[in-house]
Amino acid sequence: MRHFHLSDTPIDAAALRITLEDPAAGGCVTFEGWVRDHNEARHVTRLDYQAYGPLADDEGEAILDEARAKFGLRAARCVHRTGALSIGEMAVWVGVSADHRDAAFAACRWIIDEVKRRVPIWKNEHYADGESGWLHP
Amino acid sequence: MKVKLLYFASLADRAGRSEETRETAATNPRDLYAEVSRAHAFALAPDRVRVAVNGALTDWERALADGDEVVFLPPVSGG
Repeated sequence: MRHFHLSDTPIDAAALRITLEDPAAGGCVTFEGWVRDHNEARHVTRLDYQAYGPLADDEGEAILDEARAKFGLRAARCVHRTGALSIGEMAVWVGVSADHRDAAFAACRWIIDEVKRRVPIWKNEHYADGESGWLHP
Repeated sequence: MKVKLLYFASLADRAGRSEETRETAATNPRDLYAEVSRAHAFALAPDRVRVAVNGALTDWERALADGDEVVFLPPVSGG
């Protein structure tokens, strides 16, 4: 079963949260990344996300596998949107469950950082002045 | 030798396409990136780019084979 997914439709956080449940887990930590209306002092009106699907799936799955081993998690999941998103929409969801909160907080943070660093997904920001640009940090 | 290239984000914009099949004399991704950079005026230096062949990340000196699918990955910006 795969635990990392790309989605071209809105993310259902409530349905994902249920997949983290485990009788041995003492807590879960989730992170939602939202589309924000500004970046570096520019007014953002919408975003497009593009992904290299097959490699994004494999790299995302590898990150979750590494996180489970590194932090001793009971469950780890991540979904990232592709396509056109409006301000306020959820762009990414990360959720983990673990026996204790320290591991859950640390793992959730580690996963979103690794996803942003490694998974082949690109963001195109559309600005209020009509310009747009792919971000390549 | 023919290879298939997929382009994403700013590289797709520069190339004016999301994929192409290219007859090339390049034997590895390093030489192929130099070739397509000239052809499409890519501005990203190779040290900012990663390369995948047939869906897996690989190194710049790997030997290319006829029919390979090559993707040059600009710095990512998910999340």
